[in-house]
Amino acid sequence: MPKLNICKYSSGGIMELKVKRVERVDGVKEAIFLPAIFNGLRLTVKHFWRNLFGARDVVTINYPEEKRHVSPRWRGRHRLTRLQNGFLSCVACYMCETVCPSKCIHIEAGEHPDLSVEKYPVVFDIDELRCVFCGLCVEACPKDAIRMDTGVVSMAYTSRQTFDFTRDLLRDSYDPKLHSNPKYEDEDLPKPVKQSEALPNSQGIPAT
Amino acid sequence: MDFLLEIIMTPAILACLKIAVIILLFAMPLGTLLTLMERKWSAMIQDRVGPNRANIGKFTGNGLLHIAADGLKSIFKEDTIPKGANGFLYLIAPFFGLIAAVAIFAIIPIAGPIGNFTFQVTDVNPGLLFIFAITSLNVYGAVLAGTSSNSKFALLGGTRASAQMISYEVFMGLALMGIFMVYGTTRVSGIVNGQNEYWFGNLVPMWGIFTQPLGFILFFTALVAETKRAPFDAPEGESEIVAGYFLEYSGMRWSAFMLAEYVSLVGVAALMTTLFFGGYHVPWLHLWENAPQWIVTILQILKFTFFTVVFCWFQIQLRWTVPKFRFDQTMGLGWKKLLPLSLVNIIVTALVILTLA
Repeated sequence: MPKLNICKYSSGGIMELKVKRVERVDGVKEAIFLPAIFNGLRLTVKHFWRNLFGARDVVTINYPEEKRHVSPRWRGRHRLTRLQNGFLSCVACYMCETVCPSKCIHIEAGEHPDLSVEKYPVVFDIDELRCVFCGLCVEACPKDAIRMDTGVVSMAYTSRQTFDFTRDLLRDSYDPKLHSNPKYEDEDLPKPVKQSEALPNSQGIPAT
Repeated sequence: MDFLLEIIMTPAILACLKIAVIILLFAMPLGTLLTLMERKWSAMIQDRVGPNRANIGKFTGNGLLHIAADGLKSIFKEDTIPKGANGFLYLIAPFFGLIAAVAIFAIIPIAGPIGNFTFQVTDVNPGLLFIFAITSLNVYGAVLAGTSSNSKFALLGGTRASAQMISYEVFMGLALMGIFMVYGTTRVSGIVNGQNEYWFGNLVPMWGIFTQPLGFILFFTALVAETKRAPFDAPEGESEIVAGYFLEYSGMRWSAFMLAEYVSLVGVAALMTTLFFGGYHVPWLHLWENAPQWIVTILQILKFTFFTVVFCWFQIQLRWTVPKFRFDQTMGLGWKKLLPLSLVNIIVTALVILTLA
């Protein structure tokens, strides 16, 4: 049976590591330092002059003013998508809450006035401090109702409560005004209608 | 008006005025500016942006306000004294370095004399020997700070500083012997005027760098070691002994150490200009006959300032290019290489002078 060579240490305890040996260079040129110093100066002065006029080699991004381009596939802050008529796409199926590995999504379903939709999320909270931005909720969603394509890569707020993104905060881009008054306003949703006037659902069964 | 002029021209008051002008309008502002420029220039060398955030409203001045911000910060910062420190020595130590750094400017002329009026605080006879005396005082700041702050790192830094200063002081003097021999004087004005001569008709000015190229390298190395900057920054030794002798300081006293470092940087640059690059003399200006005195003086001040700033830049460039010497390498370089070289330089210079004379 061939001996497995997993361990790099031989039985004698002598390490068999690969070491790159650099030969020590001696001589007058090395001893007087000046050629080496001039070589170094040539490099640093080149960079200095190039950057003195026009900062051509500088790779720094002046962050709050300039932002790094993020790819559309970057998993940023969540967003709840809407239908064309302005309703939330979410049908409160709990798929995302179930799949979420960090248990940061909290959904409470309510009965949708439109009977063809059945449910909608009365409460849809995401605790962004617990979120690990794995994107599994996006994968799990059958309605394409939750996406992570906002491009918000950095969330820096001053209180913990601010990171509890409620349904209405997730609906659009972040608006500080909504944070100061975080209450559910169901303006997106159609006004509750009498059951007799309710729209027929997709199977054409009138609501009764 | 005449009465006022008479008061001003009194030697004592005139000297005070010159000190105020040279130090407050030349050395200190340049030193303060260099604290920022070191950061900006090192950023450029390393392809970074450097400090640019301090602002008043929208105005940042591309980082210029950091000087004011740093100053304000260190004024209002608590001035701590560590437990067990020798209070008095601890408190006065920063100013030894600062005084020594500023005193270099006492004998440096920034423009040629107009009649009896010289642009130099004093032209003492010992001249450069005064410089050696003053730069030796520089070490007291480091040693006192090191011993008095009751910290092992600071003590190590102070010890290293004193050892390094003493070693490099030796051949700093020897390296300048060549200059004394060539120009035949230790007076600064004599050396500067000696550099206004020309070789080959009016082709090459007899600047110190052409008459004493080896002496230039040796003296410059010694001065860089005296200012305790990289590559000879073992006394500060960030990677081993945190900050060396000024480790325990905070607030304005720490700033005094920093300011001393940068003022002595300017001092070194001014000294190199004076001794090796013709001082205030603008080369080939004597070809323009009947040049108005005021134009000549302004050109001289500009030339002196230009070379000083270039040398400040060069020292900073050197700091961000050359890696630090280990302490034994610093000592070895000083005693085993530079000291014999400076002795050789003296002998060769003497032989050349003898053959030519």
